[in-house]
Amino acid sequence: MKKRVLAIALVTAMVGSMLAGCSGKSSGGEAGTDAPAASDGAKVVKIGVYEPASGDNGAGGKQEVLGMQYANHETPTVEIGGEEYTVQLEIVDNESSNDKGPSAASTLVSAGVSIALGSYGSGVSIAASDVFKEAGIPAMGVTCTNPQVTEGNTHYFRICFLDPFQGTVLANFANENFSAKKAYILTKLGDDYSTGLGYYFKEAFTGLGGEVVEETFQEGNSDFTSYVTSAKNAGADVFFAPVSTEAAALIIEQAAAQGLTIPMMAGDTWDSNVILNAAKGKDVEIYVTTFYQEGGNEEFDNGIKEWINSDSTAKANNGGDDTIAAVTAMGYDAYYVALEALKAAGSTDPAKVNEALWDVSYTGVTGKIEFDDVNGDALRDTAYVKCANTESGAWDFVAEQGVN
Amino acid sequence: MDWLSRNLPYLMAGISVGGQYALIAIGYTMVYGILRLINFAHGDIFMVAGLIMVYAATVMPIYIAIPLMIVVTVILGFLVERVAYKPLRSAPRMSIMISAIGVSYLLQNMALYVTGGLSQQYPAIPWINDTVTVFGATTKRVTIITPVLTIILVLLLVTLIKRTKIGMAMRAASRDFETSQLMGIKINSVISFTFIIGTFLAAIGSLLFFTNYTGVTPTAGAMPGLKAFVAAVFGGIGSIPGAVIGAFIIGICENIIKGLGWTTFSDAFTFALLIVILIAKPTGLFGEKVTDKV
Repeated sequence: MKKRVLAIALVTAMVGSMLAGCSGKSSGGEAGTDAPAASDGAKVVKIGVYEPASGDNGAGGKQEVLGMQYANHETPTVEIGGEEYTVQLEIVDNESSNDKGPSAASTLVSAGVSIALGSYGSGVSIAASDVFKEAGIPAMGVTCTNPQVTEGNTHYFRICFLDPFQGTVLANFANENFSAKKAYILTKLGDDYSTGLGYYFKEAFTGLGGEVVEETFQEGNSDFTSYVTSAKNAGADVFFAPVSTEAAALIIEQAAAQGLTIPMMAGDTWDSNVILNAAKGKDVEIYVTTFYQEGGNEEFDNGIKEWINSDSTAKANNGGDDTIAAVTAMGYDAYYVALEALKAAGSTDPAKVNEALWDVSYTGVTGKIEFDDVNGDALRDTAYVKCANTESGAWDFVAEQGVN
Repeated sequence: MDWLSRNLPYLMAGISVGGQYALIAIGYTMVYGILRLINFAHGDIFMVAGLIMVYAATVMPIYIAIPLMIVVTVILGFLVERVAYKPLRSAPRMSIMISAIGVSYLLQNMALYVTGGLSQQYPAIPWINDTVTVFGATTKRVTIITPVLTIILVLLLVTLIKRTKIGMAMRAASRDFETSQLMGIKINSVISFTFIIGTFLAAIGSLLFFTNYTGVTPTAGAMPGLKAFVAAVFGGIGSIPGAVIGAFIIGICENIIKGLGWTTFSDAFTFALLIVILIAKPTGLFGEKVTDKV
């Protein structure tokens, strides 16, 4: 009996310590945004941040949030209808999961946000779309590139380019630069982003007279040996894998182990220091399309690097160094677009913000942002192509590529 | 020769991943043999072993980190049994199983909290991480080492069970739990020892597995754990040779299916095979009604 009591006590202590740790963390995170509101008593407007902080896309989600946090740090207030409001970021974790996303979105709804930003990952954005729609809250995708996110609705906007565009850009690039005739496409089953981009790449590539070999893998798979072998055996000229960074790191590892010499290509997800770290010192060739190239805006680059280096949590969330991911720049712009919409609406009422969003025009560090009249997609016509430098562990700028 | 160098990588990957599943599967099968308990937390202990290595390698040289990782993992396995299973020994079997599921989620969520949910890069262990060429196929050295090491460890384990006193006690306990207690066998130390062996092998398995597939996430143990559990059932749960052979069959099978280009169905096919075998032979390949279950 005594032992049983001890066992129960031990388990309770373990669970208790975890809970204590978690609550400590979240209150620490909010302290920065709470403080100004309390000190000057200004009105508060809430911007929801619907992003993954764990799961497959945790690394990318955290980097995207960093951009918003930096923007919030830089401009913590906004003037709405002649009154000064303090902007408070309400950050939730959708765990990169389509099942858990909607409940995270509901948290934002009950927190009373005026607009929601996110998410990294198209699948979770689609999953939460209805929650925002029912609550009448406008949402703005930052880097979710699948067309279905905004298709057929009037509340979901986005500031990045779309997969049909991105897939075509990549196919053109493979065709022009590597004279590729055969492409190996590896996508993840049940991932809207991955299968979508894979599909558009295939369409464009076969349209250019190329041939493709397609394979898929499942959630939870970490063994990519056979896929790399198949790509070699198929005699492919390029290896196209629009997958999460987590899977990408494993694929790169295997490609290096098996001496895969053909160029590996992917979309915007791979533009992350996770990829750079995985590729560093290995004999692999990696090309990605992306939204922003470091060095595009000196002032932003220096400012955010300084901020990241001064804050150890931010640095850890950025993967331990101060490389600027394109998603961070996009998150930064998304925050300012949201502020523009709030200003134009002249109110914190979500319905008014939604209406105002259609006409917002803002020039950010990633270029000019305007929305089309149909789905609320950003009008963008160029993507940057970058190549991983495996010696220095940085991205080298290759080209600005449009659609022919 | 060309055909060989094209197809050998699939086979090598299969044998290697099969060896890693085998090391985990032994833990399942031994615990089942003695306690009739499916230890759902086993896959997560495998994952925690990976995380311990990630963190250990950042502060100390590899040759200290490896033994330390193994020792800490074994202690963890021992503690899990003492805290979560032992107090429930006289409770209905279902309660222990629920407790095991609880431990599994506890470990996963602790890992989620510690890592922040991000994939951790497993340290590169010199020598076994090097690239080698076998018959024109390039791979990591660990791929070759895994099956050899697995077989050596299994032979040692079988010797231990057949030839030593504690092995005899384990066999007795698996045959008849209550009677062996009456015969003066210290059942608690036998069970602890079983968990120690199981987690030791899982720790070695995690070292080999994560060297090849370098991302450690809080759910990294789920899939290998499930496959190893299937392997244990496949070979006849309770039988060590059965678990090892089952694991190799599953590992090779899934890689050959991937090699044939049916990547979408590799898991489905593997599990369909399990169903077919179980219909034909309900106790699994090596499971017999009256055998020593360890």
